[in-house]
Amino acid sequence: MKDRREFLKTAATGAVLLGSQSKFSLAAGMLDQHAESAKSKVVIARDAALHNAGGQLDEKRVIALLDKAIAAYTGNDHPVEAWKHLVPVGKTIGLKTNGLGGKGISTHLALVLAVCERLQQAGVKPGNIVVWDRNARDLEACGLTINTDPSKVRVFGSDVSGYEDQAQSFGTASVHFSKILTRECDMVIGLPILKDHSMAGVTFAMKNMYGVVQKPQELHASGCNPSVADLNAIPTVREKVRFTIGDAMASVYDGGPGFHPERLWQPNALIVGEDRVAVDHTAWQMLERKRAEEGMPTFEAAGRPPRYIATAADAAHKLGFDDPARIHLHEV
Amino acid sequence: MKFSLKSWMFGALLIAVVAGAAVSGCKKSKVNPFPGSGAVSGWEKSSETRVFAAKDLWQYIDGDAEQYISAGVVSTSTSDYKFQGQLEAVVDVHTMGDAAGARKILETGLSKDAKIVQLGDQGIAFAQSVTFRKGASLVRIVAYESTPDAQQALLALAHGVEAKL
Repeated sequence: MKDRREFLKTAATGAVLLGSQSKFSLAAGMLDQHAESAKSKVVIARDAALHNAGGQLDEKRVIALLDKAIAAYTGNDHPVEAWKHLVPVGKTIGLKTNGLGGKGISTHLALVLAVCERLQQAGVKPGNIVVWDRNARDLEACGLTINTDPSKVRVFGSDVSGYEDQAQSFGTASVHFSKILTRECDMVIGLPILKDHSMAGVTFAMKNMYGVVQKPQELHASGCNPSVADLNAIPTVREKVRFTIGDAMASVYDGGPGFHPERLWQPNALIVGEDRVAVDHTAWQMLERKRAEEGMPTFEAAGRPPRYIATAADAAHKLGFDDPARIHLHEV
Repeated sequence: MKFSLKSWMFGALLIAVVAGAAVSGCKKSKVNPFPGSGAVSGWEKSSETRVFAAKDLWQYIDGDAEQYISAGVVSTSTSDYKFQGQLEAVVDVHTMGDAAGARKILETGLSKDAKIVQLGDQGIAFAQSVTFRKGASLVRIVAYESTPDAQQALLALAHGVEAKL
């Protein structure tokens, strides 16, 4: 890890600025649900050896797992070329982590560093990468160090940027966004960590957006439904948050969103896709299978089904597909 | 000896002020449940204590806050610890409105694989965590990694916290 950390610090002048535009053309969060044959692609990439017998993450394997996931998603086996298709040139890319669960169950540092490395190799200037979350504590929980020096990858929270004075709304959600989302980032890649959630059932791609608003506690009623869907349907989120690289390398299948080591589990996987609804549906099913293996009730039986996923797919929100028939799940 | 109404009222006011000051003084002498570095063998208190009122608890534990609020949490204090310079852990002390609230939260975490331990009014342990309640306090101690001696170390720290409650 030391080498990659050094890379982040020293790559400030090493990046090659690309002259061409992104060819992959991410959907800007606007899915064409009118196309009846349309399907959303979701990749689950796994590495059974990601954790050793003692449960320790082999950090050196994480970038290879990321490459595997991105190659499967883009169809391009060359990691750097694949990334060039994913991100726009000359723009600022935000990486929204999730460190709320503390050191035990937060987005893994190795994944953040791997994404930063590939972004820079794909031509994104270090200072045009912003790793962010609610505050310094959440970022430090991921093992990150705060940095606002624009010659390096920037790492800071909304406690530094502040929030917009003007609220934005959709449905039940009326929120003040972090200025990192509204003013710093042209595009955001979500890096959530898969967790059980005591109210929402599941927290992953869409629920991670609670960390971009000033008062997320106001969005927790009724199992966070329809608030999660409403929040993601606000144009600022819908259009800027365009890709998810979901950390399912470790997860808690019960007792979340806090860290409950007795319910810790290592799926050793990344779940990636543009369609946040399809990604969440896939992640939800992964958690359901694990709970069934452990003899635990379904989320429905436990009284906290993640209904916001279906809401996000409905005609009012059109954020993506939750119908398995319309999800092209590719497991590698 | 005659007392006028005015002097009687003054006396009553004086008693009220003294009583109020005494109550206020009691409030200030709240216990600090966090053992200092070295107070429990091998354990070092590695952060400042952070305190969250019930209304701000979401800042610390997001959606988990709701179950504590519905059980009557008054405040939550938390501090990081380190055992022998390596094993990191966090101690959360939830001050509930009453013992029933503490019991409600603890019993939510009861499962077949929980080991019952003698701590406070009721305690349970797993390989990497210890939870117990004592009166209106609910204490949860969690280690961030699994080591052979983690549970014993956590139990020692838990006893250190219990002794201060």
